[in-house]
Amino acid sequence: MKLILDYNIVEACRKDAEIIASQIQTMIDQHSTVAVERTILRMLGIDGVNEFDIPYVNVVVDHIKSTADIRKGVAYYLAKVIEKENLTPQAIAEAISKKTINLADYDSPEKPNIELLTPHLETTEAQIRAQKATRKQWQKETQFPEKYVIVATGNIYEDIEQAISAAKKGADIIAVIRTTGQSLLDYVPHGATTEGFGGTYATQENFRLMRKALDEVSKTENRYIKLVNYASGLCMPEIAAMGAIERLDMMLNDSLYGIIFRDINMKRTFVDQYFSRVISAYAEITINTGEDNYLTTSDAFDHAHTVIASQFINEQFAKKASMPETLMGLGHAYEIDPNLENSFSYEIAQAQLSRQLFPNAPLKYMPPTKHMTGDIFQGTMQNTLFNIASVITQQNIHLLGMLTEAIHTPFMSDRAIALNNANYMYKAFKDFAATIDIKEGSLIDQRAKTVLNEAKQLLDTIREEGLFKTLEKGTFAGVSRKETQGKGLDGVFKKANVYQNPVIDRMLASLKEGTS
Amino acid sequence: MSRFIRPYGDTMNDGKVQLSFTLPVENNAHGEACAKAYAETLKIHDVAVVHAETLSEEYTFFVVYGTASEQLDPSTIKATEVESDVMDKAEIEAFIEKNFNRTLTFIGASTGTDAHTVGIDAIMNMKGYSGHYGLERYKHINAINLGSQVDNEALLEAAIEHQADVILISQTVTQKDVHIQNLTAFIELLEAENKRDDFIVIIGGARISHHLAKELGYDAGFGPKKFAFHVASFAVQALLEKEKNV
Ligand code: B12
Repeated sequence: MKLILDYNIVEACRKDAEIIASQIQTMIDQHSTVAVERTILRMLGIDGVNEFDIPYVNVVVDHIKSTADIRKGVAYYLAKVIEKENLTPQAIAEAISKKTINLADYDSPEKPNIELLTPHLETTEAQIRAQKATRKQWQKETQFPEKYVIVATGNIYEDIEQAISAAKKGADIIAVIRTTGQSLLDYVPHGATTEGFGGTYATQENFRLMRKALDEVSKTENRYIKLVNYASGLCMPEIAAMGAIERLDMMLNDSLYGIIFRDINMKRTFVDQYFSRVISAYAEITINTGEDNYLTTSDAFDHAHTVIASQFINEQFAKKASMPETLMGLGHAYEIDPNLENSFSYEIAQAQLSRQLFPNAPLKYMPPTKHMTGDIFQGTMQNTLFNIASVITQQNIHLLGMLTEAIHTPFMSDRAIALNNANYMYKAFKDFAATIDIKEGSLIDQRAKTVLNEAKQLLDTIREEGLFKTLEKGTFAGVSRKETQGKGLDGVFKKANVYQNPVIDRMLASLKEGTS
Repeated sequence: MSRFIRPYGDTMNDGKVQLSFTLPVENNAHGEACAKAYAETLKIHDVAVVHAETLSEEYTFFVVYGTASEQLDPSTIKATEVESDVMDKAEIEAFIEKNFNRTLTFIGASTGTDAHTVGIDAIMNMKGYSGHYGLERYKHINAINLGSQVDNEALLEAAIEHQADVILISQTVTQKDVHIQNLTAFIELLEAENKRDDFIVIIGGARISHHLAKELGYDAGFGPKKFAFHVASFAVQALLEKEKNV
């Protein structure tokens, strides 16, 4: 089953998207953020919280912001202190917290000896490499589509129970949904947590606990179960780094989602996203992008092209971060109104279009959510159609639809019903796509072409006016955001001449060599 | 006239019900017996466990049919419903024109950590929802939508600043009763600031009922399939009532 597309248009879309991403990259390269700096500290091995429960990485960055010059970056100050005092980064952080050291005292005209940080970075990098090796050992052949379910009880121990059950019923990927509100915290909470709303806190300890449980169930099931969390919000790169260290396999990672749905400042989150994607590329974490969500506020039929345009842009942002296509889990969704005539055909057109535009990307396909209602029986039918669309258009990361989507975060039984549905459809439609063709001029063919053309037009406009302007106009999801507004803007700063980010430099070098 | 009813399967008052639930038991004869016994404790008899599915070693999902023994006299049951006449957009506009010599200000937000805006937008924005225009399109109504993730304090501050007549609050995330905590906090804030009587305060969301709203100290609550005209109908009548009383 193939669409006959005009690949000149496809190439032109890529070109536009490349220009759009480059415009933003110029801004990114000139700036850093408090989250980026905290990530460097984490990579240097700083962990834990002080007696007031403030993470040491926040203590250090806040200290520099208030007493020294954050524009020089944390690496500058840490290298200077290490040169003089022979302390570990952790010891420096603790000393700052106890106020026995003041980094402003280490400001001097000499260039910092950044190499002094290398041994500390190497320790963390070795951890990440070891995690990659473990993952590689496990992964033989991945079956497609991979069945992805969420757990969201708020309590990590309860989440583990639910995750184990889902894995035993055939889930391939477990996502721990984050609690409402976490994306706006400008720090990452610490330790195991048991209280959350609509999700569970993303903490390094929660990552570790869940990964351990999934490793055990992977062994008993003899199948690697992947773990997903969210590197989004105000702590994007920090959470990406924690995920890399604790062997998360996939992370949601999309600035556009944060800008549109959480009102996070665009400058802040584009800078954060770049670093987090470099880390993900280095750690071989598949990212998931969030354009599927546009269709929860905008109509899926009228705005289908906005999703395609956004996928092109996200692809280019990922390329800027040296990410291979095989890690780009670009998002899209089956959010069409079930009352629309031929809704299924339109969705096949859209899903097949995404498939062909991004042939190497492990596409993330979201189930119906917006048009799910309390009618769970009707909801099961919607999910069935979605499952069929997913198999026959060969989607990769298949988020399972829950019959109770409109009611609550999933019960254990909801997930089992969803898995049964998907398994049934995979089996029933296994070789179906290979036996049919899409007729030229048919409804599906026409629809795909229209959407592609509209996406091209939209990308042209964005290229001309710039992505910031587009976001201000509310093109995506009908939500308007301004460059100078939104959460986290006060954490963005222009880099000084002496600024260095050794983590990004080392990771990019390693990615370029292909030896990572 | 009292009349007793029971659920209907295919014969009047046969009491047939279907039920599904998960028990932390193994999926075997003992597990099924547990499911049957459990249904019986819910006053269901002739229980048939028609499906049992293993969720993991310790959990089994059951589908059960049976006969409910309890009966009910519907005439004794009262529903809490918003009690006001429902008017259409033109009638509401005429009502405001006739009864108030000013523009009425409605201020709304999705509050706390809640990032869902589709519900509040459905009520407030120009476009409305399901073919029903939102408050922004109404003559004599000034609709100010503050968006999502708005703190209670910020909402109240804005309401005071704009001299709002009506405050609209949307809550979508209800897991672990987070909405109850947040809604209770807002009422407490109003009372602490001595402002409860300054506004008509209305809540809404997929899991919000009028009953819950009243219980929490709000003037009204609206759930699914309620649109701007329902909300405005109630609000203008409640406002008039309130202003008559001062
Ligand atoms: C769209 C959507 C999103 C979008 C929201 C986009 C946006 N800008 O709003 C996105 C993708 C961003 C999203 C995110 C999340 N979501 Co959501 N989302 C939904 C979804 C699919 C549809 C909701 C919707 O828009 N309905 C349509 C509107 C029109 O309906 P409504 O809100 O009920 O509004 C009507 C009435 O209730 C009433 N009304 C509503 N508000 C008001 C206010 C007043 C004053 C009045 C008078 C009337 C009124 O009028 C409206 C018209 O009739 C539902 C699932 C579903 N199908 O319901 C999940 C759902 C609501 N989400 C859920 C969750 C948990 C989340 C997250 C917390 C997940 C997470 N952990 O990250 C995050 C939110 C994070 C946060 N900080 O809040 C859960 C909530 C579970 C629960 N009961 O607690 C649901 C039910 C999905 C699920 N099963 O898990 N979500």
